Amino acid sequence: MRRILTGIAIAGLLAACASTPDEQEAAKVEDRVPSAKPTTKPADPGTATKPLGTGKVAADPLKDPANILSKRSIYFDYDSNLVKDEYKPIISAHAKYLSQNRSKRVRIEGNTDERGSREYNLALGQRRADAVRQMMELLGASGSQIETLSFGEEKPKAPGHDEAAWTENRRADIRYQGE
Amino acid sequence: MRPIKLLIAALGLVLLLAPAGLRAALTIEIIGAGANQIPIAIVPFRAEEGLAQKITPVIAADLARSGLFRMIDSGGVTPVPSEPGEVNFPAWSARGSEALVIGSITAQPDGRYEIRFRLMDVVKQTQLAGFAYTASAAQLRLTAHKIADVIYEKLTGDVGVFATRITYIVKRGSRYELQVADADGYNAQTVLNSNEPIISPSWSPDGTRLAYVSFEANKPVVYVQSLVTGGRQAVANFRGSNSAPAWSPDGRRLAVVLTRDGNSQVYLISADGGGTPTRVSNSSAIDTEPNFSPDGQLLLFTSDRGGSPQVYGMPASGGAARRLTFEGSYNVSPRFSPDGKSFAFVQRSGSRFNIAVQDLSTRQVQVLTDGSIDESPSFAPNGRMILYASTVGGRGILAAVSSDGRVRQRLTETAGDVREPAWGPLVK
Repeated sequence: MRRILTGIAIAGLLAACASTPDEQEAAKVEDRVPSAKPTTKPADPGTATKPLGTGKVAADPLKDPANILSKRSIYFDYDSNLVKDEYKPIISAHAKYLSQNRSKRVRIEGNTDERGSREYNLALGQRRADAVRQMMELLGASGSQIETLSFGEEKPKAPGHDEAAWTENRRADIRYQGE
Repeated sequence: MRPIKLLIAALGLVLLLAPAGLRAALTIEIIGAGANQIPIAIVPFRAEEGLAQKITPVIAADLARSGLFRMIDSGGVTPVPSEPGEVNFPAWSARGSEALVIGSITAQPDGRYEIRFRLMDVVKQTQLAGFAYTASAAQLRLTAHKIADVIYEKLTGDVGVFATRITYIVKRGSRYELQVADADGYNAQTVLNSNEPIISPSWSPDGTRLAYVSFEANKPVVYVQSLVTGGRQAVANFRGSNSAPAWSPDGRRLAVVLTRDGNSQVYLISADGGGTPTRVSNSSAIDTEPNFSPDGQLLLFTSDRGGSPQVYGMPASGGAARRLTFEGSYNVSPRFSPDGKSFAFVQRSGSRFNIAVQDLSTRQVQVLTDGSIDESPSFAPNGRMILYASTVGGRGILAAVSSDGRVRQRLTETAGDVREPAWGPLVK
């Protein structure tokens, strides 16, 4: 399982790693963001190679783009708080991380699309956040590490009024304390 | 005070009623009319011309906005009557007027004004009402609203609500403003400014405080703010989400929705904060949007315990809940009428959301609006109109509809996105 990234990592490999759940060990490598401005995406294919250094300082796995722990958003269907299979690896990775780091605290923030009553949507967003929390607890995180709350339809990530915006906004975000 | 302008489009006529140079906070547009309108003539009050704030245009705009009155032209009458003995009743009758308003304004030595008015019955040639008020220059608009209330009450038999206030939220770019304005949209004042969302403002029964939900602490927290002092305090700031405040009729408690014990449930807390919340709803579903009956005995609320969000009722002290709405798969945001006999709510049909009222005894439902997204209904304190939020071209506006569906108005903020209106109480 343990995979150590050495030498030159091509962007395609990084992208592949990002979708597997057991990549916390990749955190051993040094900050892979080049010293220049981090405007290009690390997974952008065909761009320049990235110096990884020798790996003495551990990067924060929560912020490592190659680590699944950097994935923080769980998306939902309309009027649903069912966690879809494709998002379970993300929740599982965070649950594992929390169980191994008991001092860490997270907030799970539920969001909805703009349709319907603001207060009912606030409650719907809460239920989405709670669905994520319950799965994390089943997978080993402690309830005391997790606060769930809702922004309802009030803080849309996508500002539009169409299906694409609504899809983006039906979401629960995982946010670690101090972030 | 912001410069203001009032535009009324009534029965196909566009009347510019405000003094030049003033610009409106809200534009009011009547897009329907009552079946039986009372023809009324309002004569400019004697010595009104010199005032920065004229009285009679405000009275006329109030009455016209209700949809229950038809304004009769009062121009070209000489001399202009200001006392009963100066009224030529047959001439007003010939113009089709059934009621006539006359009056005068006298500047006092202390800088204030005495405003005298009389409401005359043109047919019976008698006086229906007559009052004198003393007001500062800043109180002239309010005095005009109070006169309109007297006229409305005498001629319709209902309590007038022109001297009441409304609250709502304006989103300007990334800023949120909680505003309080007169019922006609004038005198809009921002009572809270925030970079984070504000929702669900709710008036205390005495009109001196607002409860609302603010996200300024990066989570929903319920605050109560005094409109008198501007002071405020967080009254529900528990683990999880805190929202949907509703005042008990005695003003001592708030029903709120908390998630401190898990799912969204209705609790009672002290309106002054402190103490332990008392849970009153008990389900494993979403229970939200509580609203007290006028006698304080019942709570209406939204719950999806039956699989879809519907309106339920339960004793305010907790207990068995009864489902009240059955038509359609989405009925939310219930608000009792002031007489407690019906409730307004939001009903979804297809992709549209509209304001409806349901009679509590007959269960008969009447859909009142036909916008694409109408929400946040709020009764006027006399029960005759329902204020609500709507959208035009993707922008939020305020609108009002009479509770029989016959009269509709639009109140449009000139800039920004307006939402979450609540009509304030009658204040003596």
